[in-house]
Amino acid sequence: MKFFTALLAGLLFGAGLLVSGMTNPANVLGFLDIFGEWRPQLAIVMGAAVLTAAPSFWAVRRSRRSLLGAPIDLPDRRRIDKLLLAGAATFGVGWGLSGICPGPGIVLLASGQGMAYLFMAAVIAGMWLVQLIRNKRDLR
Amino acid sequence: MNSPEVLRAVAGGMLIGAGAATLLLLNGRVAGVSGILGNVIRKAAGEQGWRLGFLLGLLVPALILGTGPALLPHHWSWAIVSGLLVGAGTQIGAGCTSGHGVCGLANLSTRSLVATLVFMSAAVLTVFVVRHAGAP
Repeated sequence: MKFFTALLAGLLFGAGLLVSGMTNPANVLGFLDIFGEWRPQLAIVMGAAVLTAAPSFWAVRRSRRSLLGAPIDLPDRRRIDKLLLAGAATFGVGWGLSGICPGPGIVLLASGQGMAYLFMAAVIAGMWLVQLIRNKRDLR
Repeated sequence: MNSPEVLRAVAGGMLIGAGAATLLLLNGRVAGVSGILGNVIRKAAGEQGWRLGFLLGLLVPALILGTGPALLPHHWSWAIVSGLLVGAGTQIGAGCTSGHGVCGLANLSTRSLVATLVFMSAAVLTVFVVRHAGAP
């Protein structure tokens, strides 16, 4: 059951990325290029997504269980530390180089293009490296 | 930017928000793609079924409809460097555009707001350097 509801959520999310044009890195880079010919789509997409999702976050903060009875697993809302800032900055540089973040990266695998596979392989390698170092040093 | 583009941006954004709401209301989980992917490769994070379901769901619409035009990196080294930074950064900072950007902001999280402002600024600066600061 949990598999199918998550599959449904993924289908909606993936369809949204496609419809919005955010799977085309040209649109993302166009948004980030505020000193060039700026394309505001990404801000509209994010605004619409946040407004649509917000009521459900408001609702679950009041209940402790999901509609299927699963515990609500929400991350910390306040902790701001060096790891958050360093990680976000690192991600931002990588995102700015290609215009691809993890969601669209997965969707783009469907294009069958080698460059999309190479990118996602590098993403997984980067995640794995951090996990390896974290396990050794027991960060967090 | 013409009106069909605005319409697609709004409709697509609402679908993304509906996907995040579905995962939260039914599974009790945050739709953060980097977090989900990171936990899949870590293997140690308990139940994997819903994570694989979500990732498969992301992929299916594009398998059926095609991805449309997509400007991918021209050189393999560009794809590798970008991917490594995206993978490492999202693990260190515990989130990406979906987790911090969409879900975190919808959850009124200051932590996610700060993360979003930082990765947006870093990305804007990177694009500026690549496109306008005389890089080859």
